[in-house]
Amino acid sequence: MTTERSINNLDNIARTVRGDLVKLSNSARTPHLGSSLSCVDILVALYWNVLNLTPENPDATDRDRFILSKGHAATTLYATLNRRGYISDELLKSYATPGGVLPEHPIYKSAPGIEATSGSLGHGLSLGLGMALSAKINSLSYRVYILLSDGECNEGSVWEAALVAPAQSLDNLVAIVDFNKWQATGRSEEITALKPLAEKFESFGWSSYEINGHQTDEISNILNKVPDGSGKPVAVIAHTVKGKGISFMEDDNNWHYRIPDDKEVLDAIKELELD
Amino acid sequence: MRAAFAEEIESIVGIDERAILLSGDIGNRMFDSLKEQYPNRFYNFGVAEANMTSVAAGLAMCGHRPVTYTITAFNTIKCLEQIRVDVCLQSLPVIIVGVGGGLSYSSLNPTHHALEDIACMRSLPNMTVVCPGDAWEVRASIRAAFDLDSPVYIRLAKKNEPLVHEDVPDFTIGRGMIIKPGEDICLINCGSLLPTAVNVTEMLANGGVSAQLISMPTAKPLDVDLLSSVFSAFSHVFTLEEHSVSGGFGGAVAEWLADQKSAKAHLMRIGTDGRFMVEAGDQEYARKYFGITANQIVEKVLQSLRQS
Repeated sequence: MTTERSINNLDNIARTVRGDLVKLSNSARTPHLGSSLSCVDILVALYWNVLNLTPENPDATDRDRFILSKGHAATTLYATLNRRGYISDELLKSYATPGGVLPEHPIYKSAPGIEATSGSLGHGLSLGLGMALSAKINSLSYRVYILLSDGECNEGSVWEAALVAPAQSLDNLVAIVDFNKWQATGRSEEITALKPLAEKFESFGWSSYEINGHQTDEISNILNKVPDGSGKPVAVIAHTVKGKGISFMEDDNNWHYRIPDDKEVLDAIKELELD
Repeated sequence: MRAAFAEEIESIVGIDERAILLSGDIGNRMFDSLKEQYPNRFYNFGVAEANMTSVAAGLAMCGHRPVTYTITAFNTIKCLEQIRVDVCLQSLPVIIVGVGGGLSYSSLNPTHHALEDIACMRSLPNMTVVCPGDAWEVRASIRAAFDLDSPVYIRLAKKNEPLVHEDVPDFTIGRGMIIKPGEDICLINCGSLLPTAVNVTEMLANGGVSAQLISMPTAKPLDVDLLSSVFSAFSHVFTLEEHSVSGGFGGAVAEWLADQKSAKAHLMRIGTDGRFMVEAGDQEYARKYFGITANQIVEKVLQSLRQS
């Protein structure tokens, strides 16, 4: 059921999704653009090259699950689901409009393909743990991928789940950390002792990998390895750049909250070669 | 109550393949038989209540009917965020069972007291709150909770509480039960004080006061039909609970009453008073500390009647 596409095509899709995000932020006047841009390549790799699912049967029992635990990147999920055939153009246009079903953080089942409510950080890994455990109980082979932010790793509940998952040998559970080095008001490595993050997961009993979170081929290769044969849950530390893809936003934490004006949208679209 | 819960959940696991019990590192021996018969239906998730609650939500999203079980204060307030966001906001059929409601663990200091849990749970959208009054009501509550397709909180006491019913009662969530008819006043009990409430009615009868006793285990949704009838038929109504009168069952009844135009009865809420009991003492001592022993309740009732 996985749609195979060439990596080059994935990068084109990622560029398109980035353009969608900039326009959505501008038109709906919503923040978190930098956080949304940093995980585009991860979602595109997942939805086009990794996840065993199909928009024709979004509730299939044996589908792979993806939980956007860093719910503030909702536009990345919405735009990806739109490009992947889950969410119509009309629905996407209703993003963050009064009465619409696509708020600034995702709501469980508000549209096809939205697997969980998120927004309050630190929930997705435990939710995913429950889903992964269900697969084991029911002898199903699906995998559960959860995308966390590096700032989200401040939350104690993340580490409760990190302790419990290896004890249950959940090798179908994948924690991906979008390690863009920033959280809302500062450098994530300065606010908490986050580093060495991969080693932290490793010491908790996970298989851990560090990758370039903007290389769709590298992302796909690692995420497709799951289960990796170790019998352990898998942590993927994806090194990313906040605001990735638009030079004047890259690694500038003002874009956690800032909303692009019309000229900045045009500049971004031009840089993405989408004009 | 906890033994009744253990027996009942084992029975349900045996007939409902969706049922799964998650424990926060408590009651292991009690569930030995369940674990032996159904090894993939019991999980000890350790002293990590936040994770356990969200895991239960994740299991429910895959069609299971999980029950989380640990000490009341830890299974409600410690993981309130996870109950609110993952269970209630997603409206999932997770059953949260707290053992040691009220002052059951009074000797362990206020970290183990549960006097604010009903207030927290009943404030959550989509949540049903059930506080059984004896072991038979526990069995009935668990069965009824599995028939709902939404979040339920069940508040247990501890062990060896006196029985009030003689068998599983005719029990419906959201409905009260008349335990003893009476003519002068009405006592409405929610939860673990039910045996005490029976004593109170007997003591009042000996003093010439005929008290009707209602067991109303469901703190949310309230049995508004029964409340309407009670507040019309009596001039004095007393709510009883082993919980703070602020935000608890009595608080819920008071909120309902405030919106009624024609209710004639005076309401008095009897429960704990919002203090932490930081001194040592068993449950009997703690109930006396908070003024909710049978003798103290009788005195409060009689004083209220004298003042009217």
